[in-house]
Amino acid sequence: MTVTDTVARAAATAGLPQPFAELGLTAEEYEKIVATLGRRPTGAELALYSVMWSEHCSYKSSKVHLRQFAATAPPSGALLAGIGHNAGVVDIGQGYAVTFKIESHNHPSYVEPHQGAATGVGGIVRDILAMGARPVAVMDALRFGPADAPDTGRVLPGVVGGISFYGNCLGLPNIGGELDFDPSYAGNPLVNALCVGVMRHGDLQVAAASGPGNKVILFGSTTGPDGVGGASVLASATFGDAASDGTASAKRPSVQVGDPFTEKLLVECCLELFAGGLVTGIQDLGAAGVACATTELAAAGTGGMLVRLDEVPLRDGSLGPPEILMSESQERMMAVVEPGRVEEFLAVCAKWDVRAAVIGEVTDTGRLVMTWRGETVVDIPPASAADGPVYHRPLARPASQDALAAGDPAALPRPADGAGLRADLLALLGSPGLADKSWVTDQYDRYVRGDTVLAMPDDAGLLRVDEATGLGIALATDGNGRYCRLDPYLGTQLALSEAYRNVAATGARPLAVTNCLNFGSPEDPAVMWQFAEAARGLADGCAALGVPVTGGNVSLYNQTGTAAIHPTPVVGVLGVHDDVRRRVGIGFRDVSADLVLLGRTEPEFGGSAWAHVCHGHLGGRPPAPDLDAERRLAALLAAAVAAGLLSAAHDLSDGGLAVALAESCLRGGTGCTVRLPDEEFTALFSESAARAVVAVCPGSETAFGQLAEAHRVPAATIGSTGGDSLTVDGCFAIPLAELAAVHTGTLPALFG
Amino acid sequence: MRIGVITFPGSLDDRDAARAVRLAGAEPVGLWHGDRGLRGVDAVILPGGFSYGDYLRCGAIARFAPVMAGLVPAARAGLPVLGICNGFQILCEAHLLPGALTRNAGLKFITRDVPLRVENAGTAWTRAYSGGEQIVVPLKSGEGAYAADAGTLAGLEASGQVVIRYAGDNPNGSAAAIAGVCNAEGTVVGLMPHPEHAVDPLTGPSADGLGFFASVLARVAA
Repeated sequence: MTVTDTVARAAATAGLPQPFAELGLTAEEYEKIVATLGRRPTGAELALYSVMWSEHCSYKSSKVHLRQFAATAPPSGALLAGIGHNAGVVDIGQGYAVTFKIESHNHPSYVEPHQGAATGVGGIVRDILAMGARPVAVMDALRFGPADAPDTGRVLPGVVGGISFYGNCLGLPNIGGELDFDPSYAGNPLVNALCVGVMRHGDLQVAAASGPGNKVILFGSTTGPDGVGGASVLASATFGDAASDGTASAKRPSVQVGDPFTEKLLVECCLELFAGGLVTGIQDLGAAGVACATTELAAAGTGGMLVRLDEVPLRDGSLGPPEILMSESQERMMAVVEPGRVEEFLAVCAKWDVRAAVIGEVTDTGRLVMTWRGETVVDIPPASAADGPVYHRPLARPASQDALAAGDPAALPRPADGAGLRADLLALLGSPGLADKSWVTDQYDRYVRGDTVLAMPDDAGLLRVDEATGLGIALATDGNGRYCRLDPYLGTQLALSEAYRNVAATGARPLAVTNCLNFGSPEDPAVMWQFAEAARGLADGCAALGVPVTGGNVSLYNQTGTAAIHPTPVVGVLGVHDDVRRRVGIGFRDVSADLVLLGRTEPEFGGSAWAHVCHGHLGGRPPAPDLDAERRLAALLAAAVAAGLLSAAHDLSDGGLAVALAESCLRGGTGCTVRLPDEEFTALFSESAARAVVAVCPGSETAFGQLAEAHRVPAATIGSTGGDSLTVDGCFAIPLAELAAVHTGTLPALFG
Repeated sequence: MRIGVITFPGSLDDRDAARAVRLAGAEPVGLWHGDRGLRGVDAVILPGGFSYGDYLRCGAIARFAPVMAGLVPAARAGLPVLGICNGFQILCEAHLLPGALTRNAGLKFITRDVPLRVENAGTAWTRAYSGGEQIVVPLKSGEGAYAADAGTLAGLEASGQVVIRYAGDNPNGSAAAIAGVCNAEGTVVGLMPHPEHAVDPLTGPSADGLGFFASVLARVAA
């Protein structure tokens, strides 16, 4: 028979070997814990430190690079809460505030695509909820291995089905995102979920346990063994609790299972609790569950907390302290409540059929103490777990970058005539990364809540926030692993530029940035160099564009063996729209509207969709970001939309002008005819940044021309809308029906 | 004119239904699943969503909610009731409407703007339309395939109880492309597509759905 590994026992058995390495801690980290506590940790404490100091929770490899986001953030009057909170909060005017964040669920989604992706949605929604906001929409940025690889046929439908299952049942419109394919993601799909929430200024909640004597309440789902990856190591160790060392809890799936119905109830319950002023502090439970929520709440508040682990409602009675602390059971929140309000709190929970239990209270001891069956099993200074180690990992630009840069796509054979250009455009439009995404997006509810003004395939999702005034928000996410592989600094700025431009294309003014940084192993200096370059690129880019980073997430170890994924920072930009009734989409809907190409086009093909799709080539330099030009372009678009001069606007990115024109024709069901300058290939397929194509309302041509000049944005009238084909004078004409067949056929053919 | 909108645990489109009621010129009244009373409303809408998570069979648990104990006899006595999507499923489970909704052909959740034909413009909820009129309204459901036995289907067709039919492709494998049906009296209507998402071209594909909500106003006023 084994006994509970109490603090007293730990103090008396100093030399007992502990499985820190199996839990992912290094010998140095273990020694640091021992030094902090002045004794060996108990099994529960070891579990707690191991999850809190994991890369996922502590950002120990990335922290030193992420600091520059706050350090170099441009001054912004719009920021109500910044980095360090569950999510940043942005003032959008009229008394409204918006909070948004993107987070990865890459690894679980490879192991079990459906539940992995579903719980990714659930987790980010709770982050937004914990800020005091009502979640109002989700988006997702997805990357998979080759579209025709058998494993992609397992992972992609599962991920999409999981997002559909969870988001739809939760009642949140899915308003956009990304989908791309590349062999580098074959063993490491990327599933990045974004959620946005809206609140009134006064509704902001804090994640802190303040006020000694206040009660700590765990509410939502019961706690089970799901997601307890490492705890089975503890269960079999000699110090294991009698109830937790059996085989029953030793073999558990490591992926959590989601229950969106419970999450929906939890959302409504929390919002009613907030409205009633019943909460003094709140934290969602995500990775590291109770361990994370208690340490972070305590560390951010008065400093002490007493928790009786016996009071945690369990769905599996065999769980002991280490498993309870590490469990990642979904749909749980932790609140700090004044003793006099507990009864009202529990009544609201009962109304929504949400289970709630008082598990402890705030203390002024400065210690996080946890008991189990009357004995103390955790007694630590909470900040020591919450702050975690900080590493300055070695980084080195790999020599292979030179070879990559030398592979200039200028050497690739180009189409010789109109027929060749036509064939290349069709190849691009039908390629999995650029093909119509309806197979995916039709599985998501974009209508629920009735405020969705624009959703995929438009450039950005656009939501109405206020029915009376038309105030709204626009959101876009972008990332390009090929650009970042060639140059992570420039590639990250291009991702930022594209998301910024996409938001601007609806007529919104970009305000703030979130990011999800997906990279390989931080222990590889080459990967760490990519990461450092990307972080620096984003910080510099945000400073230049005048938009602060408000929060984000890092996902490392996305690699198979020694092969890392393309560095893939996904950047989300939030914009405010003064009147969503004036928005423009990408579709050409009017005939005889002048088409104007905005921005400057250079022969830039490094990392381009054309090089990738038509030649399987990746090399050279990515297009040069031009952040000043992006700012001017965005300002022009916002002014032109506000003045009602445009009927369509589409940013130019993957596949250049040719793909943008085709998408706009198909979206609006109206063709167009354009005349291009002599170098048609570059005009059609270059991916130069800071460009857009717009359809000008008839009669507004002069006004728009003057506005473009005032904003110093190059503007060239290249043709007009109308007809039922995409025609490039002197080159080719493609009937819309043919474009549509090529564009829409790909994903259904691959995935059924 | 007060129109009740029931919120079950897991109802999602209750807010949208209330907005549609308001846009049509009536007063929306929230009804809670746990209350038996109907607060004296003139008509009731069961909105879309996933009541109780729909982990069993869609609508199978909601049918037993306390509010249904008040609603079912009122509906049988002539109270106009509209069930949208999950609400349609609940009305079928409660035997206020014939037939059942089953998994979509293709087994995937579908969100799509679908053309519909109003087959019966004489019901409490479709009087604002003309017979045979085509409208475009979003469909969004995973279990939207209408099913009934051959005798029931023949009876529905003969008595004009097929209210709404898919006018384009049959998107989910519904029997006879049926998108919505009514009871014999034409007071209780259920349909899978979401007219409350088509009340303003800004946020929907059209404003074609407003007619459902306007219809019941005309009826109650008359």
